[in-house]
Amino acid sequence: MMQQVATDTDAQPAVLAMDCKLNRIFYGNFLAVRDSHVPIEKNKITGFIGPSGCGKSTVLRSLNRMNDLIEGFRFEGHVQFIGQDIYGKGVDPVVVRRYIGMVFQQPNPFSMSIYDNVAFGLRINRYKGDIGDRVKHALQSAALWDEVKDKLKASGLSLSGGQQQRLCIARAIATQPQVLLMDEPCSALDPIATRRVEELMTELKKDYTIALVTHNMQQAMRVADTTAFFSVDISGGSRTGYLVELGPTSQIFGNPREKLTKDYISGQFS
Amino acid sequence: MNETSLPESTPSLQRKLEGRALRSMLLSILVWISAILTSIPLFSVLYMLSTRGGARLNWEAFTELPPAGFEMGGGFGNALVGTLFMVGIASLIAIPLGILAAIFLAELGPNSKLATIARFSAKVLAGVPSILAGVFAYATVVVTTGTYSAIAGGVALAVLMLPIVVLTAEESMKMVPKIMKDAAYGMGCTHTQVIWKIVLPTGMPAILTGVMLAIARASGETAPLLFTALFSNYWLIQDGRLDAMNPTASLAVLIYNFSGMPFDNQIELAWAASLVLVIIVLIINAISRIFGKPKF
Repeated sequence: MMQQVATDTDAQPAVLAMDCKLNRIFYGNFLAVRDSHVPIEKNKITGFIGPSGCGKSTVLRSLNRMNDLIEGFRFEGHVQFIGQDIYGKGVDPVVVRRYIGMVFQQPNPFSMSIYDNVAFGLRINRYKGDIGDRVKHALQSAALWDEVKDKLKASGLSLSGGQQQRLCIARAIATQPQVLLMDEPCSALDPIATRRVEELMTELKKDYTIALVTHNMQQAMRVADTTAFFSVDISGGSRTGYLVELGPTSQIFGNPREKLTKDYISGQFS
Repeated sequence: MNETSLPESTPSLQRKLEGRALRSMLLSILVWISAILTSIPLFSVLYMLSTRGGARLNWEAFTELPPAGFEMGGGFGNALVGTLFMVGIASLIAIPLGILAAIFLAELGPNSKLATIARFSAKVLAGVPSILAGVFAYATVVVTTGTYSAIAGGVALAVLMLPIVVLTAEESMKMVPKIMKDAAYGMGCTHTQVIWKIVLPTGMPAILTGVMLAIARASGETAPLLFTALFSNYWLIQDGRLDAMNPTASLAVLIYNFSGMPFDNQIELAWAASLVLVIIVLIINAISRIFGKPKF
């Protein structure tokens, strides 16, 4: 199963969990993203920001090959992950997704009990150990255990939106993936639930590497260690997203190198 | 309240408002009456059946064989067994086949040519007069086996159930939210795992509703059984031996036969059998409502 690579949280040189060179991403004939090199540091939160249609979600979903489910999707580039290219020949997208978990914009628990939701990934991986133990641990890590420990048999759909999202996080981390991709995980939540999920993310980065798409710049400022700013290139009549700038969050928001970034974070983006 | 800013109500405005209120009231009455009229047939049938068939609804009716000619007493035990047996055969054929076909239509090739053809066939089949299902079973089973039988009756009923199961199951599986399937794919599920572990269980309550409705429909059908199972005055299981390859009685055909007879005894039994049939259908519908609670 998934071995825990020895972590070295205070390493000075950046240790990468993933190194993503996205040359071109197509949906059919439509070029959605081009020329973006996104390194994702281990045990850090990398935030993807940018205007709508800049391809930040496309980029995120390319990192665990979720986009392979979309007809016409074509990927040119390399995504290095634990020593291999996940787009390499003979790599099964299904296996990739077992190592790189995902949390979606809309909380999407399965219509089964809270316990079964969290145990789901363990069961499809034929986990041999104590499932109950791992479920409890995952729910504790997702800061949900105290709220649900007396009703593990209740439907996952009976929880509130914020609880559902934390359940989805628990479900994603139960199999201890190396990387967690989060696609605007708070956009359907109220401010209090958002705060809880944000606290959870900072807590989780001790054990996991997180890539986070957010449309909320304050959220990126609060939780991301590194921020990647994407923009849309509308020249040539098409809308193609690309990476404008990537750097430590403090630098991106305090002292951006690119004018586009500066305009966007100061709200001057049309 | 300060109403000085409102325009003064003129006689013509008053008339307009009165007209609207009147039309609104008339329309409300119309839909009320329509709703009441809709429920009248079922309740009047139930009332008539329980007053006229209720008297004969005793233990004997369920355990005895049908009376012949001037015989008194008797029951429709063999017809009840026959109906249950043939609906059982039909379910064994139509439910697995229908759900598997629906999986193809909803998940594997929803836009394929085969799916278009299958969906179209199911829709047409659903609208075909039920007697044609009997013709089909007659040609395929009765002619080839050379005998009227419970099997032939079951096949005819299966033909009737199949389109209902396929169409409702496909619809139920399509209602499973895409984000739920995405979650499963995101956990590393294969397409097969997504179907078996997410789509089918999540859609199951709605699928079962469709299945129940199909069973209810099949239990009451007469025409397809008339020249497939025919009728019989004997038990389906005799001396512990199942006799599925001979003419078989059913409640629907018993009602059809007995209601036209000139004997009061048989006519009373037909009423009682009708009541039993309606009760069976009502129970199945009630079960389908319990299953049918949406899960998401």
